[in-house]
Amino acid sequence: MNLNEFFHMGGYAFYVWTSYGIALFVLLINVILPILQRKKILGRIARAARRTRRNTA
Amino acid sequence: MFNNFFHKMASPKYFYRISGILIPWLAAGSALLFLAGLYYGLVKAPPDYQQGDSYRIMFIHVPAAWMSMFIYMVMAGAGAIGLIWRIKLAEIMAISSATIGAWFTFLALVTGSIWGKPMWGTWWVWDARLTSELILLFLYLGVIALYNAIDDKRTAARAVAILALVGVVNIPIIHYSVEWWNTLHQGPTVTKFDKPSIHLSMLIPLLQMAVAFKLYYAFVVLMRARCEVLERERNTGWVRELAEKT
Repeated sequence: MNLNEFFHMGGYAFYVWTSYGIALFVLLINVILPILQRKKILGRIARAARRTRRNTA
Repeated sequence: MFNNFFHKMASPKYFYRISGILIPWLAAGSALLFLAGLYYGLVKAPPDYQQGDSYRIMFIHVPAAWMSMFIYMVMAGAGAIGLIWRIKLAEIMAISSATIGAWFTFLALVTGSIWGKPMWGTWWVWDARLTSELILLFLYLGVIALYNAIDDKRTAARAVAILALVGVVNIPIIHYSVEWWNTLHQGPTVTKFDKPSIHLSMLIPLLQMAVAFKLYYAFVVLMRARCEVLERERNTGWVRELAEKT
């Protein structure tokens, strides 16, 4: 099997590759979102902790 | 010893530490199985004698649909545990599962639709299998919306658990819909293990993808649960210390 044939998917290229593309998108977004969220939460907690320290000092 | 393990795991601080160790291993295992499944599914497996190469959508559609139901049961189970024993971590696992479950349900519906167009000649029919899976998506979205609508997270978790438990009735309906009603959707080919009507060259990549999806869910739900733990424990010493170190 050559590469052209592989990408052609027996004429179903559009359907097959769209499905796999959407799957890749869903899998990536569910890894990226929690990573960003964790950074955001930790940043917010650190800022709040510094603020209370300054106010009590 | 087991009792001790569960007692420790229920402590958010301990959970945060252990899950941090587990996540990279689960992610690596999932990635390896995805690669194997893609290779055997897209390259090695022969075209189907009826559907040609279009059937390869199955390798994501079927595991995604299985996960949509599996995650729902995990969510409802964790919700029930949270409801009965008031274990914070169970509540966290339940709500963390909801978003991922919704994404998998979306993926199952969309890939099914894209597969349906060339095979059935239509993107969508209101048949029992498709409709009950769509209801599952709405159940997930309802759970997420309800959780976000209630400010007190412990009250929210209890409300969500009840909604999730009521929705469990939909799971057997999805599973048996292809047997109870005359549907356009095909009947089961894998779960009748006495004689699965699927060739081994297609069954192996399907199972590889199914396990890859399971491991993927395991590490992604832990990542989300860690965020939820930080959020809820933000006033404790260990979370503040952690935040200031990063």
